[in-house]
Amino acid sequence: MTSFLDLSFRHKIPIWGGLLIIITALAVSGSLVREAYEELQEDLLIDAETLGQSLTVNLFPAMLHDDTWRTFEIIRASIDYVKADDSNTVKLETILVVDNALQVVASAHPKVAPVLTDLRRIGPEYADLAEWLAQTSGEETREIILPHSKHLFFATPISREGLHLGTLIMVYPEDVFWPRFAQILWHGLLAGVFVLAILIPLNWYWGRRLTIPLVQLTERMGEMGKKWPESLNYKDYGHNDELGRLFEAYNLMLQERKTKEALEMQIVQSERLAAVGQLAAGIAHEINNPLSGMLTAIDTLKCHSDVNPQTMKTITLIERGLGQIKETVGALLVEAKLKSRDLVTQDIEDVLTLITPMASKKALHVSWHNSLSEGIPLPATFVRQIMINLLLNAVQAADQQGEVAFDIGVTDGKLRLSVTNSGKMLSAEQITHLFEPFSPLSEGGHGLGLWVTYQIVHQFGGHIVAERKSSDHMRFTVDIPIGDAA
Amino acid sequence: MNPSCNRIPAFQSLPNRDLWKRGKSFWLWLGLFLLFMSAQAGAQQVVQPIRMGITPAIVHDQYELLIEWRVYLQEKLGTPVEFVSRDSYRETIDLLKRKKLDFAWVSSFPYVYLEHNRRVRLLVTPVYQGRPYYRAYLIVPATDLDTRSFLQLKGKVFAYADFYSFTGYVVPRYQLQQAGEDPANFFRKTFFTWGHRKVIEAVAHGLADGGMVDSFVWDTLAQVRKNITDRTRIVSKTQEFGFPPIVAQTSVDKDKFAAMQRVLIEMEHDPEGAKLLKQLRLDRFGLPAPERYLEVGQMMQAVGDL
Repeated sequence: MTSFLDLSFRHKIPIWGGLLIIITALAVSGSLVREAYEELQEDLLIDAETLGQSLTVNLFPAMLHDDTWRTFEIIRASIDYVKADDSNTVKLETILVVDNALQVVASAHPKVAPVLTDLRRIGPEYADLAEWLAQTSGEETREIILPHSKHLFFATPISREGLHLGTLIMVYPEDVFWPRFAQILWHGLLAGVFVLAILIPLNWYWGRRLTIPLVQLTERMGEMGKKWPESLNYKDYGHNDELGRLFEAYNLMLQERKTKEALEMQIVQSERLAAVGQLAAGIAHEINNPLSGMLTAIDTLKCHSDVNPQTMKTITLIERGLGQIKETVGALLVEAKLKSRDLVTQDIEDVLTLITPMASKKALHVSWHNSLSEGIPLPATFVRQIMINLLLNAVQAADQQGEVAFDIGVTDGKLRLSVTNSGKMLSAEQITHLFEPFSPLSEGGHGLGLWVTYQIVHQFGGHIVAERKSSDHMRFTVDIPIGDAA
Repeated sequence: MNPSCNRIPAFQSLPNRDLWKRGKSFWLWLGLFLLFMSAQAGAQQVVQPIRMGITPAIVHDQYELLIEWRVYLQEKLGTPVEFVSRDSYRETIDLLKRKKLDFAWVSSFPYVYLEHNRRVRLLVTPVYQGRPYYRAYLIVPATDLDTRSFLQLKGKVFAYADFYSFTGYVVPRYQLQQAGEDPANFFRKTFFTWGHRKVIEAVAHGLADGGMVDSFVWDTLAQVRKNITDRTRIVSKTQEFGFPPIVAQTSVDKDKFAAMQRVLIEMEHDPEGAKLLKQLRLDRFGLPAPERYLEVGQMMQAVGDL
């Protein structure tokens, strides 16, 4: 079973917040209701005191003259008034006037408490009340709470200047507060529901807003190691608090890890290419030496001996085979340290002249940009070879009526040339193996063109990069340091 | 006319001190003359209104009806009429004795009592349900189903209407006396409510176990406040007595007496008057017949009230 504390923040924070709001609302309304109840109690005492004092003012002369009807009229009026006024929810149940012998002089309900009845005989409650009244005295209105009674009694003495004629007894039902209290409760409840209706959704929204970024971050951190997670758009979150900074840090870390991995890949690749190059060059050297001897021997055999046509045919076959081997081996043996004249701007234009016919065949649009104004101290032969290799590849890869762009110039003490073409795109996987010998991508050639280019560029201490420039353009960029041939 | 208004311009218009000095006594006499004249004029303008007393015997708390009746009488008589309502018969009797009232609608007791002392004369007798008579009803609370006779109320609480009420005070005591009981000790407690209607209310609420009331008041209340009379039960009805009359104070002059008598008697022939009579629940006002009240006087004498 999942405990509450293990729940996602997505649920935990809104639930916690909601609970706190409800507890606060209950606590506040509870204390208000309690206060209202106490006020009601106090109000009742004040009401009873006021009513008692004003009634006794009129009751005194009526009792003094033994005017039963007047006494009745006075107390009955206040009962009828309270009954008629519906908004006054504090209801007097009845009023009695008793003389000093605790006999009823008049009551608001004579059928319940007839005239001249002994107070003790009205009922057990009244018997207790009579006992209480017999024991106490005073000039003030007194609240009398009898145990096991369903009523609240207020007794006011009817006396003036020491002459005590009797007692006014006001009887309230025990639940006298209930209608008004229920009204207060109901209003409180409505207000509470209204406040909760505003706060709970607000809390929910705020909680979600706070936790969703956390949840996203957690999910992405979990993915790390299995695959590259997406970066987080912390600007959507929009605040520069801890969460915003966490997002920034996460993105920075992700970026650094990606860069590091790319760098590692590059190192691995160039090390592999270097190893392949060494191996190829070593084999080529080993083959080249006996091959030269064999070709010389065949040449001698052809020139100095009489051989029948059948043998001659065989020798020619062997010679051609060896020639092909030499050619292949020669291609593998890239020797960039040959002396050559320096590059001049005319060399660039020559290459354009060479390429133009082939480009015309496919109706390609060639954009040519040469920003060299003078010669460059780099061997013209190799630079031309690099240009020709890359341009031939570009023309070949471009689709019918496609585009080929060439750019050459000097930046930061380096010669930079780039070739861009539209057409078939290479996948990331293909780009990784692009510069290896006998490339399977080569169509029609032996797949050594880019390998040779790579070897030459590296021997001059430069770099070559193949990349997808846009969704349908490939670009090869070469940088070679000037005057620092390695 | 205000006398001071005449004097002040006379002093203010003095031309100079010499004239004032020379004619000092003249101005003084002129001022006194003007003051006297204006006082005379004021006295002539104030017409003494006819004052009519209304007692709790009848409708004395139907205020709106009383205002309409007063306006009606004022129009017919051509002089102002004032109604004087008092809460007890005693007060009305006192006012008549002191000649503070010209006329009064009183219970039969005050009439007989005052007529005996030559204080009043019979003006008109109201005719109620075709006859100039009324009765006394003995009532008990509707919840009391046992009481069948007046004597069963022995030792109970009894409500009297007024010291000077015939049906509400004389009749019950007379009946007890005839039955050989002492009215002073027959009941456990008695009290006065100062009105027949209040006796009905006291019995309805159960404050009193019984009471005797004017039949006219009970019947009228049964029509306008049925909820009150429904809470009472009539145990018995007495024989007829002369209806509470309207009387004239003996010093009222002949013309005023005749005018008032005529206006009241002719009410039944006047549409407005007939409407008022209907609201008063009377048929008409009839010519006086003092012999109808002989029995009332005899009974009062029997109980020692006359």
